[in-house]
Amino acid sequence: MPLLEVNNLEVCFGLRSGAVKALRDVSFTLERGERLGVVGESGAGKSVLGFSIINLLSRPGHISAGNVNFEGKDLASLAPEELRSIRGNRISMIFQDPMMTLNPVLTIGVQMVECLQAHRQISTSDAKRIALKRLQQVQIPSAEKRLDQYPHELSGGMRQRIVIAIGLLLDPDIIIADEPTTALDVTIQAEIMDLMLNLCEQNNVALILITHDLGVVSQVTQRMLVMYAGRIIEQGPTKEIINDAQHPYTQGLMNALPQMAIPGQKLNQIKGTMPPLQNIPTGCSFNPRCEYVMDICTKKLPPFTQSGNCLVACHMVADSQHGPQQEKLRSEEV
Amino acid sequence: MIAFFVKRFFQAVVVMFVISLISFSIQDNLGDPLRELVGQAVSEEERQTMRDEMGLNDPFLVQYLRFAKKAVQGDLGNSYFFKKPAFEVIMKKLPATLELVFGATIIIVLFSVPIGVYSAIHPEKWFSKTVMGLSIVGISIPVFLTAIGLIYLFAIELNWLPSYGRGETTSVMGFWETGLLSADGLRHLILPSFTLASIMLPLFIRLIRAEMMEVLQSEYVKFAWAKGISPRRIYFVHALKNTMLPVITVGGVQIGTMVAYTILTETVFQWPGMGFLFLEAVNRVDTPLIVAYLIVVGAIFVVTNTLVDLIYGLVNPTVNLAGKK
Ligand SMILES: Nc1ncnc2c1ncn2[C@@H]1O[C@H](COP(=O)(O)OP(=O)(O)OP(=O)(O)O)[C@@H](O)[C@H]1O
Ligand SMILES: [Mg+2]
Repeated sequence: MPLLEVNNLEVCFGLRSGAVKALRDVSFTLERGERLGVVGESGAGKSVLGFSIINLLSRPGHISAGNVNFEGKDLASLAPEELRSIRGNRISMIFQDPMMTLNPVLTIGVQMVECLQAHRQISTSDAKRIALKRLQQVQIPSAEKRLDQYPHELSGGMRQRIVIAIGLLLDPDIIIADEPTTALDVTIQAEIMDLMLNLCEQNNVALILITHDLGVVSQVTQRMLVMYAGRIIEQGPTKEIINDAQHPYTQGLMNALPQMAIPGQKLNQIKGTMPPLQNIPTGCSFNPRCEYVMDICTKKLPPFTQSGNCLVACHMVADSQHGPQQEKLRSEEV
Repeated sequence: MIAFFVKRFFQAVVVMFVISLISFSIQDNLGDPLRELVGQAVSEEERQTMRDEMGLNDPFLVQYLRFAKKAVQGDLGNSYFFKKPAFEVIMKKLPATLELVFGATIIIVLFSVPIGVYSAIHPEKWFSKTVMGLSIVGISIPVFLTAIGLIYLFAIELNWLPSYGRGETTSVMGFWETGLLSADGLRHLILPSFTLASIMLPLFIRLIRAEMMEVLQSEYVKFAWAKGISPRRIYFVHALKNTMLPVITVGGVQIGTMVAYTILTETVFQWPGMGFLFLEAVNRVDTPLIVAYLIVVGAIFVVTNTLVDLIYGLVNPTVNLAGKK
């Protein structure tokens, strides 16, 4: 049984202009100790997905369908108090901007100790000892001194190390890291990323890594999800997707990578922009930008089709698997 | 810390100088003090000699310098009406006013914090919506109407509380007449305090609610939820402390302003404080007393603002009181 199993998850934001679906029919699994990458354009719903796993969507967002199975419990419908015992304890999160994540009026020590005491019956001095050990693990110089310092006394990189230390405090099963290095100085991004990956590996923590950076995903994750307009349009082993992307959108993302470009040529950007959630086109939401668009793409939502070890939501892929008539159509286009 | 106080002290000196200059210069426009001082029978020549003796005919600057020289020694001149040092007369009434402001402050804090916090946490509950509606109405009701309403209900109809005066007072350390130590004094304090508080209470509720709602949206509160911290701790440790930072700054200034608002409240409730005295002084064109009042109120402003900055610095770790901004 997988560690985490998300089934047909749907998230709505009940706005005045009618409910908007930020996630539609999202299903995936996560194994113990596995590293899963989540990629997609800005606004694709990556952060919403991260927060909906621990059911921490800010109003008016809420899970409107589906379930999140973790240790035999459905987090999408769990009572608040039980949910609280899982957050920060079994599943923890690392946010994007370390300058905003820590409370400015509480010391680092207080913010670490409270987390331990929220989940364990433990004395303050014992909690401090554990906190100190974690700070040393994230390689913070003179860790002891840091416990009494306030966030504003520390640099961004230092703060993100502390956030990582907080994430690891209770030996969680899963860490959800939402663009953990994007807000940091470029020179320390790789350092922090390596630190986080190493610690996850050492402690056998499964990692959901949300990022824009396909390069990082291809290097460090075992499986990946590609999101577009609130749906997972392709998922599977990272190697397979990187080497042989099936969905035209994923192919576009790969071609836009600098590594893929022929030197001297312009990068191949996918033309157009992702539609706003209020007016997602009928059929496949990628159809206005797709160069292989077919009649059916504007009418019917593509089903998830197995292709190799990947699941792809694309009519073209579905047809190439099931119907020979598509071969013809494809050759016509070429 | 010392640097902070030195800086504050010089700021206070400048502020007091400006206040004294303004209050001294308006006294010419208040009317002729001689009309009150002497009867109708005194002839115009005698009046002129009296004016000369009192220095009222000297150029403004000369008059001001004479005044300022004495003022720095604590001498603000003699009240024309009481024939006693104006400063002394004011200081005798200071305890009554400060206790009124104190009572109102306690009421404001006691009500605005829980109500503001609750309606920020549960904005969709009918209680919060009612409070928001009422607070708009509350802001627009004039003070004297609130006072009359309270007197009518609690003093006349129900006969629970006294409607005028301070009641029994006790002398503390020889110079402070307090009404806080006797049941009778406290009972007298209730209606005036609520009246005075009524001006600021809706404002504070709205301010606390707005700040709290903003803080609850912040990333660090979201992170606290993600850590599995109990809602209680999130609301009262993580959010409230950050909410109170801007509230302290705004609130401190408002409490200073309340000293000025006491004039109305004290008049309605015949409260023997500075505000009541000030109104009488204006009627009698008792200029030294008027000037003394303005200067004392100015000093109270300066002191409260310093205290507010001090408290703010203690609560906010990012503020370094020792200097460098
Ligand atoms: N509280 C909210 N209320 C309404 N809509 C929201 C809210 N939070 C997110 N959304 C919408 O949900 C969609 C997905 O947002 P999300 O933050 O998950 O994107 P993302 O993939 O994380 O983008 P980025 O890469 O920029 O972080 C966006 O269209 C956003 O407008
Ligand atoms: Mg995001």
